[in-house]
Amino acid sequence: MSEDGFAKPAPPKPLWLLAELTYACPLQCPYCSNPADFDHYRDHLTTEEWERVLVQARTLGAAQLGFSGGEPLIRRDLETLVARARALGYYTNLITSGWALDEARLGALKEAGLDHIQLSFQGPQQQLNDRMAGAAVFEQKLAVARLVKRFGYPMVLNFVLYRENIDRVAEFLDLAVELGADYVELANTQYYGWALLNRDRLLPTRQQLERAELVANEYRRRLAGRMKVYYVVPDYYEDRPKACSNGWGNFFLLVAPDGTALPCHAARVIPGLVFPNVRQANLSWIWKESPAFNRFRGFDWMREPCRSCPERFKDFGGCRCQAYLLAGDAADTDPVCSLAPRHGLVLEAIRRATAATGVEAAVSDTGLIFRNVHNSRRLTAPLERSPLGR
Amino acid sequence: MALSDQAVLSLSPGFRFQWEPAQQTHVLLFPEGMVKLNASAAEIIRRCDGSRTLGAIIDELGHSFTGDTVEDDARSFVERAYERGWICEARAA
Ligand code: SF4
Ligand code: SF4
Repeated sequence: MSEDGFAKPAPPKPLWLLAELTYACPLQCPYCSNPADFDHYRDHLTTEEWERVLVQARTLGAAQLGFSGGEPLIRRDLETLVARARALGYYTNLITSGWALDEARLGALKEAGLDHIQLSFQGPQQQLNDRMAGAAVFEQKLAVARLVKRFGYPMVLNFVLYRENIDRVAEFLDLAVELGADYVELANTQYYGWALLNRDRLLPTRQQLERAELVANEYRRRLAGRMKVYYVVPDYYEDRPKACSNGWGNFFLLVAPDGTALPCHAARVIPGLVFPNVRQANLSWIWKESPAFNRFRGFDWMREPCRSCPERFKDFGGCRCQAYLLAGDAADTDPVCSLAPRHGLVLEAIRRATAATGVEAAVSDTGLIFRNVHNSRRLTAPLERSPLGR
Repeated sequence: MALSDQAVLSLSPGFRFQWEPAQQTHVLLFPEGMVKLNASAAEIIRRCDGSRTLGAIIDELGHSFTGDTVEDDARSFVERAYERGWICEARAA
């Protein structure tokens, strides 16, 4: 989202609201960014509670609204929520794997005022797609893509890249052309949640990345004016971290299925922070006053080298969750930064993942941990959870 | 890429133009994005409604804004908006 610069004097507004309607999903992508312990959060918000969230966030300034999950289509009240959101003035985005979206449902969503659909693929053809999705969904996705087109929506395809499919970017883009896509996001996996668990098997090599980028650039040139191609690099291979959510509590607000309000997808993992729940508190207080949303806001929390670094206004010191997940301290410099004291951790991760490539990479998914309820329970027994972790 | 004065302009599919009370500004909303518009940009986008030609839009702006560069500024904004895919040609007049 573009903004008029950093506009420091004006208090930040949550312009982007991401409503994760459910953690349920019929797919099992091993790169899923949902928390590994998603199965512990079963008490999902009701329709009325979501409606309250929509009203409160809109009052605070939210304009872009994403419905995601899990798989948001699992919620039967999706149409109700879309209609409500549209009436409030939101631009409504549905972020889906396309599961079970048929003509009747899409018709109902369109009538409710849905503005846009982003459809994700796991692979460019059936075999790989369905193996990574852990379900036979490729044909269904193609059908959904055609429906999206027929209903007159701009078509936005999201291709998540990882080691085994990144050499097939050309196939992805050919598929996008064939389906008549308007926007294509080639999004390298970001290593949170399930993706982090599977990092050694998902992270591509630098050579793979460079080749993929060349291919993406070539298609971008060729398709200029017809299809927009975005290529999102995995930050592990960058010298500087990504400006995570454009700064903590700066314009992004996520409400998880159980009502927990978060400044980004992965923030739940950070120990010592109590993230407020929309069941107990008003979003206005949560956004403006709550300790959790103010913890890493602005620049005062920073240590060196970020504290005196001229680039802090651009990248906000990187991602707090990544700092915690990799370096064990959320107030550290994101280890992706080459100036970070613990940058070595990222280099080590790359080295390990690259060492693993030769042997298994192209051959099989042995060892991939699929995102499902069984694995969630197995990996995260309730006792292991930090008492403050929710 | 140059647009002719006869081109009838409209917002691209999936784009929405609206007033944002919380930000006290007009915005253009589109898939996963948003841009804030200043007053004159908003007056141009407002008129890209599928019924006016570029020539007519520039003409109308000349009446609501004063200054020597109104016409040039408007043209260059329209060109940029067109190149970025915010607006498109509805049909030839
Ligand atoms: S990434 Fe895959 S498993 Fe995770 S919510 Fe999306 S479709 Fe479901
Ligand atoms: S030291 Fe901190 S602020 Fe400077 S570039 Fe690295 S992460 Fe960004």
